[in-house]
Amino acid sequence: MWGFILRRLVWMVPTLIVISIISFIIIQLPPGDYLSSYIARLEALGTTVDQATIDALRLRYGLDDPIWVQYFKWLGNIIFNGNFGYSFEWRLPVSQLIVERLPTTFLVATCSLLFAWSVALPIGIFSAVKQYSWGDYVFTVLGFLGLGIPNFMLALTFLYVSNRYFGLSIGGLFSPNYINAPWSLDKFIDLLSHLWIPVVIVGTAGTAGLIRITRANVLDELRKPYVETARAKGLHPMLLILKYPVRIALNPFVSSMGFILPGMISGEVIVSIVLNLPTTGPLLYAALLSQDTYLAGAFVLMLAVLTVIGVLISDILLAWLDPRIRLS
Amino acid sequence: MTPGPIISIRGLEVGALSRHGMLRPLRGIDLDLPHAATTGLVGESGCGKSMTARALLNITPSPMRITAGSITLDDGKTPPVDLAALDPDGAPMRAIRGRRLAMIFQEPMTAFSPVHTIGNQIAEMLLIHEKLDKRAARERSIEMLDLVGMPNARQRFDAHPFNLSGGMRQRAMIAMALACKPEVLVADEPTTALDVTIQAQILELLQRLQQELGMTVLLITHDLGVVARTTSRVAVMYLGQVVEETTTESLFDNPKHPYTQGLLGSVPRLGSRRGRRERLPAMRGSVPPALAELPGCAFHPRCPKAVAGLCDVVKPRMAEVAPGHRARCLLYPEVLAASAALEAA
Ligand SMILES: Nc1ncnc2c1ncn2[C@@H]1O[C@H](COP(=O)(O)OP(=O)(O)OP(=O)(O)O)[C@@H](O)[C@H]1O
Ligand code: SF4
Ligand SMILES: [Mg+2]
Repeated sequence: MWGFILRRLVWMVPTLIVISIISFIIIQLPPGDYLSSYIARLEALGTTVDQATIDALRLRYGLDDPIWVQYFKWLGNIIFNGNFGYSFEWRLPVSQLIVERLPTTFLVATCSLLFAWSVALPIGIFSAVKQYSWGDYVFTVLGFLGLGIPNFMLALTFLYVSNRYFGLSIGGLFSPNYINAPWSLDKFIDLLSHLWIPVVIVGTAGTAGLIRITRANVLDELRKPYVETARAKGLHPMLLILKYPVRIALNPFVSSMGFILPGMISGEVIVSIVLNLPTTGPLLYAALLSQDTYLAGAFVLMLAVLTVIGVLISDILLAWLDPRIRLS
Repeated sequence: MTPGPIISIRGLEVGALSRHGMLRPLRGIDLDLPHAATTGLVGESGCGKSMTARALLNITPSPMRITAGSITLDDGKTPPVDLAALDPDGAPMRAIRGRRLAMIFQEPMTAFSPVHTIGNQIAEMLLIHEKLDKRAARERSIEMLDLVGMPNARQRFDAHPFNLSGGMRQRAMIAMALACKPEVLVADEPTTALDVTIQAQILELLQRLQQELGMTVLLITHDLGVVARTTSRVAVMYLGQVVEETTTESLFDNPKHPYTQGLLGSVPRLGSRRGRRERLPAMRGSVPPALAELPGCAFHPRCPKAVAGLCDVVKPRMAEVAPGHRARCLLYPEVLAASAALEAA
């Protein structure tokens, strides 16, 4: 097992190097560089920039260096200084922008995931075990409704209903008076009272899909002969289902974990915009729209790295769960 | 006094309503399993052998359920129980299943969970029924693995099914089934999935354990050679019914039912010109689907001896056609009498 993990870790190094090169190429792809577009903007506003300043800036940012020197500078800054460059749009260091939003992002994403799983798993298992029962049909219909209704619709409906009928403003994660207040019990309660809405909205979207997948996976497993063997032992039906089919039906979920981690950062952009959440999704969206190269580049790199880490975690979990992988 | 049969099945029916009509895989099984002996259950594919085995443990696959009849488990010491009347998922049935009645399945690879060790799956039996702690269950499981001839039993306890060869997996399966020393063991084609040489070893093992433990065994198989070697009684099934039932000797020496005669006729024999196995002409056709509703004798469309106007009209009953030899064929006056009496009633 440890050998397996070590091997995977070693393999991550070349993968990450390739990823960083590709990310760098992507952020260099748009014509020009951020300085020339910056100057173009200033000139559009009527400010003239003298050549000496331009040259000084070009030197400072190393824009005249060969491309590979620029790459190593960029990477070196990230690795050794945690410096992802400067956001053109926000006039703030990229790292500061992202780091500010990470805690809330992970909070919303984790809570939504937990919500989706704790709703979807029992329902999916129930629907599989009681296939074609009334309960199964009801959950199937609800599930498809959940799949069919776009999330932003749900978000807008929530906003409208709460505002129109309850006079509440539910956007954001904090009430205005708590946004810059230091942490306190009251602020925490305020957070919870705001948090459940994005969690429910983002969660239900995932729930519908998860229910369908759980149901299908468990159904597949229920038909396997080992279930009959376990039944022939006199095992309690409930324990049987949890110990064998459900346990094995979870493996495919684990293998999809690799995409959950990057999804946390980039996911649910539209809902976050509608609900005005201080998460990374809207930031990524804006960076892509305004060609805020270093910000966008940081995101591309982060998403790729998180995917690699996520896949590693899911492989380790899978190997731990499934001896056929671990031991072969 | 000879003890009565430990299992007696009477009029057992299993069925389910499907989109296409009523599925009736079992249509009135009568079968006795004599104490501490091996009974064979034979018949072509689809005649309901596996369903009989599952009904016996009350684990018919949903939506199939027992719709009529009784399965009496009577060891002569404790009060008899009718298994068919118990709730399949209820505690009384579960307390019997695995502990007093156990089953060995055909495919030892898929019949084990791929992600749990075989030790875990064997010990589970003891944890459920004997309330042993984990350690004791482990020791007992290792003893069982030893008993079934698993080399390095102690290390194999932690092996996964995919680490074992087919024969070893089937040994582990036997160890699991026998963990609680059941009175009755149902083996549904325990060797069909194995190589020929391994088949012989597993059969030998089963025979040895049957004798050592004084178990009652129901051995389901396609292979009449296996029946001849290992059983003392045989029941022959056709379309959800037992059509002939007697001692193994009597069945092979003097098969009464045309279906049995056909089965024996289609056994591969040694001694053809090229010195290899050769199939004699097999019976034409195959077992009708579990949906089929046939008037008269269920075998009549395929029976070479069918009598028009009789076999396609009168439903034959099981009757004793020779001492200790029962059959369900209208060619025998005893059967005809019993069946006519039934028609009249
Ligand atoms: N779950 C099920 N649903 C519907 N029909 C079934 C089901 N299981 C078995 N049957 C039907 O019941 C009949 C008896 O099947 P069974 O498996 O008992 O036959 P078998 O004698 O064991 O055959 P084989 O020698 O191929 O194992 C067959 O017609 C089969 O199609
Ligand atoms: S009753 Fe008739 S059809 Fe049925 S087995 Fe006997 S002879 Fe054949
Ligand atoms: Mg079968």
